[in-house]
Amino acid sequence: MDGSFDLPLLAVRGGSKSYGGRIGCADVSFDLYPGEVLGIVGESGSGKSTLLSCLAGHLAPDTGEIIFQTAQGPRDTRTMSEPERRRLARTDWAFVHQNPRDGLRMGVSAGGNVGERLMAVGARHYGDIRAKAIDWLGRVEIDADRIDDRPSAFSGGMQQRLQIARNLVTGPRLVFMDEPTGGLDVSVQARLLDLLRGLVREMGLSAIIVTHDLAVVRLLADRLMVMKSGHVVEQGLTDQVLDDPQHGYTQLLVSSVLQV
Amino acid sequence: MTTFSGIQVAGLGKSFTLHNQGGTVIPVMVDGALSVGPGECVGLVGASGAGKSTLMRMIWGNYLAQAGSILVDGVDVAQAAPRQIIALRRLTLGYVSQFLRVVPRVPTLDVVAEPLRVLGVPEDQARARAATLLARLNIPERLWSLSPTTFSGGEQQRVNIARGFAHAYPALLLDEPTASLDAANREVVLSLIEEAKARGAAILGIFHDEGARNRVCDRVVDVTAFTPKAA
Repeated sequence: MDGSFDLPLLAVRGGSKSYGGRIGCADVSFDLYPGEVLGIVGESGSGKSTLLSCLAGHLAPDTGEIIFQTAQGPRDTRTMSEPERRRLARTDWAFVHQNPRDGLRMGVSAGGNVGERLMAVGARHYGDIRAKAIDWLGRVEIDADRIDDRPSAFSGGMQQRLQIARNLVTGPRLVFMDEPTGGLDVSVQARLLDLLRGLVREMGLSAIIVTHDLAVVRLLADRLMVMKSGHVVEQGLTDQVLDDPQHGYTQLLVSSVLQV
Repeated sequence: MTTFSGIQVAGLGKSFTLHNQGGTVIPVMVDGALSVGPGECVGLVGASGAGKSTLMRMIWGNYLAQAGSILVDGVDVAQAAPRQIIALRRLTLGYVSQFLRVVPRVPTLDVVAEPLRVLGVPEDQARARAATLLARLNIPERLWSLSPTTFSGGEQQRVNIARGFAHAYPALLLDEPTASLDAANREVVLSLIEEAKARGAAILGIFHDEGARNRVCDRVVDVTAFTPKAA
């Protein structure tokens, strides 16, 4: 095992963000290691999306450190220049939005959506880009003959899979996902879960998944963080947090799930 | 590579605190202790509710220990960081629970092959091993491409066992592996356990089936000894 395995890909220390006098998230600290999937759960308004936006550089946290292990060594993404952060967002990072419309260009063909991200990192050969787009559409189970259709002609589940293809085509190391299975019906959710799990394993991805669905994190996440009112109230191994919750709020959350 | 040192539990204590039920504290274990050496199978016994599954879950790491140590091949599960436990579960420690938890729609063959795929075993090799186990456990080949979520209880149990034995874990936790199985399949599971012992695995099991227990267990540990006495 080489030494780099023991360095966290992302190390967060004391991350806080307020909206005026209101707490978005407060004093969040954790390490994410290569190949790990971290789930963040909590009710609406608990600060999980704020935290994800801060981590991904969409929002500027008020305090704290967010250290990302770049190819050139550890860097605090808060002190990076905007162009540097944008380059990171195009190469090492990916962001899967809950609503595919926020992550796709709806007026551009499916192939164009995937190809655009490749071109953003320097790909120029049309044949190569199209071949790679077809390969990725196949991986997310979209027929190659849909490559020239616009996402607006796709179902919600297909749009979400296209968004994932667009994000993963450049081989990122860290994927942020905001409710990736939210708003999809359960059979489509299951297919997406299987797809995500396979991709995480094959590409050795690290991922941070925000969701309110405990069944989703049980199947996808190695570790779990529970948030309430902007604070992390509990974190640990996913099955430990779900099977033996220590905090009163987590106990309430786990016991509130409807059995089917 | 050092040799596998088995499982050693000492001074194990646990209670549950129910924050939403008036903060009730329920002590469930005091001074739990046991050891399982390589090539040995130890059975947990004690009445229902005495804490057999609780003890097993503490070794697996999904129940937190409040006191004591749980060494699995030298790693103290009671103190280890999540990623150390994740690594332990990938490579060293297997667990056959009573419930099969899988991503819906994933074919049975891939469910069983998954522990090997996670270790980087090529797909065809992992599937071949999965096929061997499913065939041995009498799961008809026509079911292999289907998700096990629709299978009968006994079939799911056998898929769970196949998955638990896909990788040759040095340490295995078995929670009622022969429950709800017919005689022929019970026989297959018992021989899988015997083969695992023969290759040097340390096995801790819960067997309500006394015949099965007598056949595979070298000794038993009565968890009643660790049950907190009512004051």
